[in-house]
Amino acid sequence: MNVPVANESAQLLSVRNLRKEFPIRKGVLSRQVGAVKAVNDVSFDVARGETLGVVGESGCGKTTTGRTILRLIEPTSGEIRFEGRDVRSMSTSQLRKLRRDMQIIFQDPVSSLNPRMTIGAIIREGLTIHKLAEGAAADARVSRLLQEVGLRPEYANRYPHEFSGGQRQRIGIARALSVDPKFIVCDEPVSALDVSVQAQVINLLEDLQREHNLTYMFIAHDLSVVEHIADRVAVMYLGKVVELATAEDLYREPLMPYTQALLSAVPVADPKARKERIILQGDVPSPANPPSGCVFHPRCHHPSKDAACTAIVPPLEEKTPGHFAACIKQSPTTVSWEQQKNAGGVNPPERYLPLAAVHA
Amino acid sequence: MTPPLLSIRDLRTYFYTEAGVARAVDGVSFDVGAGETVGIVGESGCGKSVTALSILRLIQPPGRIEPGSRIEFEGKDLVTLGDEEIRHIRGNRISMIFQEPMSALNPVFTIGDQVAEVARIHAGLSRRQAWDRAVETLALTGMPAPEDRAKQYPHQLSGGMRQRVLIAMALIMKPALVIADEPTTALDVTIQAQILDLLVHLQKEFGTSILMITHDLGVIAETTSRVIVMYAGEVVEQAPVDELFARPHHPYTEGLMHSMPHIGHDQDRLNVIPGTVPAPTNWPHGCRFRERCPYSWERPEREHPPLYDVGAAHVSRCHLAVEPERRNNPHAPLVVVEGVGAA
Repeated sequence: MNVPVANESAQLLSVRNLRKEFPIRKGVLSRQVGAVKAVNDVSFDVARGETLGVVGESGCGKTTTGRTILRLIEPTSGEIRFEGRDVRSMSTSQLRKLRRDMQIIFQDPVSSLNPRMTIGAIIREGLTIHKLAEGAAADARVSRLLQEVGLRPEYANRYPHEFSGGQRQRIGIARALSVDPKFIVCDEPVSALDVSVQAQVINLLEDLQREHNLTYMFIAHDLSVVEHIADRVAVMYLGKVVELATAEDLYREPLMPYTQALLSAVPVADPKARKERIILQGDVPSPANPPSGCVFHPRCHHPSKDAACTAIVPPLEEKTPGHFAACIKQSPTTVSWEQQKNAGGVNPPERYLPLAAVHA
Repeated sequence: MTPPLLSIRDLRTYFYTEAGVARAVDGVSFDVGAGETVGIVGESGCGKSVTALSILRLIQPPGRIEPGSRIEFEGKDLVTLGDEEIRHIRGNRISMIFQEPMSALNPVFTIGDQVAEVARIHAGLSRRQAWDRAVETLALTGMPAPEDRAKQYPHQLSGGMRQRVLIAMALIMKPALVIADEPTTALDVTIQAQILDLLVHLQKEFGTSILMITHDLGVIAETTSRVIVMYAGEVVEQAPVDELFARPHHPYTEGLMHSMPHIGHDQDRLNVIPGTVPAPTNWPHGCRFRERCPYSWERPEREHPPLYDVGAAHVSRCHLAVEPERRNNPHAPLVVVEGVGAA
């Protein structure tokens, strides 16, 4: 299988054919009547020291993907390897050790901190569980962590409600850092914050990455934040990765029509730059009953869209070096014109890049 | 010259809390002309939403609009208007689109009933007439199959569709002014694009004035013609949209623009406004932004800046207007550590 690989030897995490289905149950016997395919055959690698951005709209499966990798949600099938070790077959005690290396920062800085624990106790918990430090050594470490995230050491004795949203997110970051992880899933870490505070937290995450040689999976719906922080970006739609490329390539030349629409939809903070926009019709279909073939076909604006798109599941294929997209109408494609015609295709693939999708 | 549709003068809305008097809106003045789209931009706690609620007189105790505040609309002072009269204005002449389309709708009534109710109350239409008008208005908002959709309940609709219902409720009486408070913040970006397009289109079609309240400078740039920047309960800058983005004057506006990442213009490091918004019970003396400002000197500490004239229809609440040379040597922000107890 042709899988997007950053650099074989440098991989920290590799995910293959990951699936997560949530059963839909009905009736008194809770019979399973269907399944929500939240993550539907997702594969990617994350290289050591890089930031992989994951973008998409609500319900696209980006958060489920992040949590499944940490096994906070058990995957239905697929393979997850962290430093070569098979994460899915790990026992509870092995998994606990692994969690020292893999941490998560949550979106909501209010509900992710226990209101009855002091900041010090929250940050200390990981140190105790993993037997990293105790007593005065742990206190010293908590002080250092607080300073590192831009808070005063004396805050250790205070409670979460005494802090603003941005400060609470810093506390969440200090907690994740406490066990000296290699990999952090950042799940919408700045979405709940005001613009000025958002910039502070983004800069902090970048500084910490450099200092601690961290690898991030940065999940967000805000495309401009992801462009800023990510080295490579995966775009998800209805449980699938539909495009994966370096941030530079993706924003300069989005190839998957969904990515094009997404980029054109972002409001630009420049009144002189008022531009054409690809307005997607309708809403995202239900992941319990995704469209056949390409999941994006009912809303797609690619001029070559035809019956083949409703029949053929587009592979995530390399369109230009390092730039993967799932679209059989965007040339080049490995799905031959012969195959497309057999599936009812009438329009040959072509290269399509609407101006509206390009941010000058 | 015709008077503006809405004219707010020295609006002060205070909340009398146990922690002290929160001066959420503290001396705000601005106008909205007929057919104009005016934006109010600012971060949480700047007073933008309280300003909107004050216009509709939806402030509940312990909050109150202070005496001396004036909100003139179509020749009436909304601050002193009787309850009966203000009810006649709400939803009829001025309507509001809220941020959260789920909590703004009643889950046990069909959306058709909820849109029609507005017309029954304000236009005295019969059930049948009001229903027909509701379906018509839903169609205007781009709702597909409006006859069928009108019979559905809020939970059966997506977020974007619910927002269309709220827009239909806001527009069914063809009001003179629509206040949109973060109308797209809860929506995904492609749905946001649909809704913003719809608002701009309807505004052109009906000539309604829109007061667009948002934290998103992108939304401001794409929908408004004039912008009011609020900080700490005050207007700190006001200008036509092109002018504001080309020549931001107030250091807060400048900071907001620079702290946002822009697609296609990636920089290594984001500029940051250090610290957080001060608490409304305790606004700083002098300039309320000075503790976070890269240019601050003695004068802003002593003297609360007035709104200075800084260009064509452009005002800014910053002493840099009279001491521009201070802009040449910004000092690095000294305090990166945030203070405890801020909003």
